[in-house]
Amino acid sequence: MSKLKDTFGSEGKLRQRLDGVDLRQNAIFIALVALVAFFSITTPNHASITPDNWSNLVVQNGYILVLAIGMVMIIIAGHIDLSVGSVACFIGAVAGILAVRPLEQSGWGWLPALPWWAAILGAVLVGGLVGMWQGFWVAYIGIPAFIVTLAGMLLFRGLALMTLQNTNIGPFPDNYRAIGNGFVDKENTLGTSLGIENYNATALVITAVGILALLLQSFATRRGRIKYRQAVEPRTWFFVKNAILAVMVGYVGVQLSRANGIPWTLVLLTFLIVVYTVIMKKTTFGRHIYAIGGNLHAAVLSGINVRRVNFWLFVNMGGLAALSGILISARMNSAVPKAGDGFELDAISSVFIGGAAVQGGVGTVTGSIVGGMIQGVLGNGMNLNSVGSDFQMTIKGLVLLLAVAFDVWSKRRTK
Amino acid sequence: MTENILEMRSITKTFPGVKALVDVSLTVERGEIHAICGENGAGKSTLMKVLSGIYPHGTYDGEIIFEGQELNLKNIRDSEHLGIVIIHQELALSPHLSIAENIFLNNEIKSKGLIDWNKTNLEAQKLLAKVGLSEDPNTPVNRIGVGKQQLVEIAKAVSKKVKLLILDEPTAALNDADSEHLLDLLRQFKSQGMTCIIISHKLNEIAAIADKTTIIRDGHVIETLQMQGVALDQERIIKGMVGREMNNRYPARDPKVGAEVFRIEDWTVHHPDDISRVVVDRANLHVNAGEIVGLAGIMGAGRTELARSVFGHSWGAKISGNVFVNGKPANVKNVRSAIDSGIAYSTEDRKRFGLNLIDDIKRNISLASLEKFVKRGLVNDNEEYKVASEYRDSMNIKAPSPNSIVGKLSGGNQQKVVLSQWINVNPEILILDEPTRGIDVGAKYEIYTIIQRLASEGKAVLVISSELPELIGICDRIYAIAEGVITGEVARKDFSPELLMQYMTKAKEDSNV
Repeated sequence: MSKLKDTFGSEGKLRQRLDGVDLRQNAIFIALVALVAFFSITTPNHASITPDNWSNLVVQNGYILVLAIGMVMIIIAGHIDLSVGSVACFIGAVAGILAVRPLEQSGWGWLPALPWWAAILGAVLVGGLVGMWQGFWVAYIGIPAFIVTLAGMLLFRGLALMTLQNTNIGPFPDNYRAIGNGFVDKENTLGTSLGIENYNATALVITAVGILALLLQSFATRRGRIKYRQAVEPRTWFFVKNAILAVMVGYVGVQLSRANGIPWTLVLLTFLIVVYTVIMKKTTFGRHIYAIGGNLHAAVLSGINVRRVNFWLFVNMGGLAALSGILISARMNSAVPKAGDGFELDAISSVFIGGAAVQGGVGTVTGSIVGGMIQGVLGNGMNLNSVGSDFQMTIKGLVLLLAVAFDVWSKRRTK
Repeated sequence: MTENILEMRSITKTFPGVKALVDVSLTVERGEIHAICGENGAGKSTLMKVLSGIYPHGTYDGEIIFEGQELNLKNIRDSEHLGIVIIHQELALSPHLSIAENIFLNNEIKSKGLIDWNKTNLEAQKLLAKVGLSEDPNTPVNRIGVGKQQLVEIAKAVSKKVKLLILDEPTAALNDADSEHLLDLLRQFKSQGMTCIIISHKLNEIAAIADKTTIIRDGHVIETLQMQGVALDQERIIKGMVGREMNNRYPARDPKVGAEVFRIEDWTVHHPDDISRVVVDRANLHVNAGEIVGLAGIMGAGRTELARSVFGHSWGAKISGNVFVNGKPANVKNVRSAIDSGIAYSTEDRKRFGLNLIDDIKRNISLASLEKFVKRGLVNDNEEYKVASEYRDSMNIKAPSPNSIVGKLSGGNQQKVVLSQWINVNPEILILDEPTRGIDVGAKYEIYTIIQRLASEGKAVLVISSELPELIGICDRIYAIAEGVITGEVARKDFSPELLMQYMTKAKEDSNV
C-alpha cells in the first residue's frame, strides 16, 4: 500500500516539474525522432540518413504536408475533406493546360502557353474557385462536408480526366519543375566562389539563418510571457529543448547541403508552416476556427459568423490543394490522370497522428506536419528495408490506429 | 371501496451535497388523478424517477408499496412490466420512425422471430382510436405536431397495459386545444379505472382535473389537498409552493436608477419547428440604467425564447417587433449586430451554449470581444492573459491560472467565466438567463454581488430565473411571463411570491393584455 502511495507521490512531483510542458505535442515529436533513429540502424548501409535520402524525404512528402496544413484547419472546425486528392489532380491538369501547351484537338488551340509563374497563379486561383464551390454547399446550404467532398472526390477526378483527355500533359517548363524537383543554388556557385566544394554553401547559410530565426522567436515569446507574468516552461527545459531543436535543424541542413542543397519544396513548405501557424494562433480567423470546432453553439452565440468562416476554410483548402497539385505535376514533370490518388487519406492520417481530435476543436499545424513526417519516414524506411507494400499498408494502418488510441487513452487519464 | 394502488413511505433521496427528497410520503388511490405541484427543483421529478425505477431500489431510503407489494425496481423496464409508465416532458419518440413503430418500440409484435407488420399496424390503429388520434400509423412522428406526439406517447403507454400513468408537465408544450383534448382523455381513462399522476404548473388545469393535489417544496411534502367538490384554493397552493423563509442570501441593494437603456415593443416570436405556435406574444418591456429587472416564468413560458430571439434572432422564426437601445432602434438581425448594438446574453445552459469546454479561461473570456485584442492584424495573447487574470481576481474565479481548461472548473466558476466574457464586451444591457442554475449557495451569493456591481456601474441588467426568491432578492422590478405573454409587472415595494406566482400561472384566457 505504501509503495503505491510512493509511486503516486513521485508522479505528482514529476507532474509539477513538467508543468507547462506540452507532453502530448512532445510525444509525437519524440516518436518521429525515434523512428528516424530506428531506420538509421536497420536500413542497409544506414541508407535512411544519407544526404540524398534526406533530400528525397522532403520532396516526396511535400505535397502531402501541404494538404495536411489545410486539412488540419478543416478538421479543427469539425469538418473533413475527402476531395483534396482529386482536386490536386484536377489542378495539375489545369496547370498543364496553362503552362505547357493547349490541347489543340479539344479546342484549346487559341490559348497560348502562359509563362510558368502565370500558370501557377492561374492554377491556384482555379483551386480557390473549387474551394468556393465546396464551401458554398457546406456553409450556405448546410450539407455535411463529408457528403460534399465525397461528391467532390468524384466530380473533380472526372473533371481532371476530361481536362487531360486521357493523356498526360508535359513536360513542364524548367522553372515550373523546379518547385517540385529543384534546389536553391544547385550549382553551389556560392560555395565554389568561397572554395567550399563538398557542402552547398547557400544551404548552410539558409540553415544558419533558419536556426537563428527559430531561436529568436522562442526567446521573444518567452520574454513576452515573462513580461506578462505568465507561467513559462522551466528554464533548463527551455534551453535543452531549443538546443535539441537547433541541433536537429542544423543536422538536416548540413545533410541537405551535402546533397543538392535546399529543395524549393522545403522553402515553400517552411513558408506555409510559418504563415499558417500564425494564422491559427494569432488571427481572429484562426481563433474562430477553434471556437467553432470546440463548441458550435457557443461560437454562434459569441457573434462568430460561422458560415463565413466555414466558407473561407474550404476556399483556403482549395488553394492549398492546388499548390499540392502543382508540386506533384512539377515533380513528375507531367499532369497524369492518376495523380493524387488516395492523398486525401494520407493527409487525414497525418492530421490525426498529429494529435487532432475527431470531434474537432483540437489540432495544430506543426503537429500535423510531424504526423505527416512520421508517415513519410515510415514509408521511406520500409522501402529502403525492402518491405513489401502489403506490409507497408498494414503497418501504416496500425500506426494511425495506435496513435489515436494513445491520444484517447492519455486524455481519459488526465480527466 | 377506496383502495390504495400506491404508497410511497418516507422516501429520502440524497445526491452528493444535496438532499433532494426528505421523508416524502405519497398515497395514491386506485382510479384517481393525483396532481403534484412545486417549484422547479422542488423534487417532483426526482420523486417520479424513484417511482419509475430510474433511481433503482437501494439508492434511496424508504419503501414503495404498489398494489400491496413492496417494489424492488432495478430499472425502468421493471416498473413498466408492473404497469407503471412515465411520460417525460421531453418526449422520447424516435422522430423518423412511424407512429406504429414508435408505439411498439422495444415491445415489437413478432411471429416466428420476425416483426408482424400487419398485426402491428392493426394494433396501433386500435390504440390510436383509444387516444382519439386519427392518423395513419405509418406516418413518421416528426410529421405530426407536438400535441399529437404526446398522444402517441400515451398510446405507447396504453400498449404496455399501464395501471399507473405518470405525466410530467404534459401540456407545457401544447396549445390550448391540444391541452383540452389531453385533459378529456385523462378523464376518460379515469372512468375506465386507470390511475394517473400528473405534474403540472398550471393551476387551472389542476383545478379542472385533479382529485387530490400534493404540494412539494425543497424536497418536503407540504400537504395533500382534497380537490373533489371543493372550490380550488389557488392561494393555498401558491403559498405552499413558494412559502419558504427568506433570510440573508442576497447582498443589500441600494439602486440608483437612471434613464431608459433597453426597450422591446410588441415582440412576437413563433416556434421554428411549428410556425403556427406563438411562443412570445406581443411582449413589451424596458430596463433602465443601473436597474436590475427580473423576468419570472416557469420553464416553457417563453423566457429564454424571448431573450434569444432578441439576441440576434438566435432562436425562433417569424420574429416581429422593435428593439431599442438608448432610444435608438437596434439591429438584432444577427448575433454580431446585436452585440454591436450593446446587447449581451449569457445562456441558461453554459455547457451547451456558453463555453468552449476544451479551451482555456482566457480564450473563452476573449471570444466575443476578440477584436479588442487585435494589434496589426494579430491577436495579442499576452493581453488576453492579462485581461483574463484581472477577471480572475475581480470575479474570484477559482482556477490555478488563466490558462486552465474551462471544462475542469466547477459550475460556479464556469458561470463566472461566462459572465466575464460578456462583461468584457462592455454592453449596455446584459441579459442573464438563469445565472445561478446548478451552482452552490456560496457561488450564488458571489454571482448576485457581481450583478449588483454591474448595475451600480450603470449597466442595465435583465435577469431570467425560475427561482422566485432569487428574483425577489436581487431585482428592482419584475416582469412575469406565462405562455409567452407578459402577464404582469411588479415594483420592488409590491414584491410577494404569491402575487408573482399568480401572474406566472395565469392562463392565456384570463390575461387580456
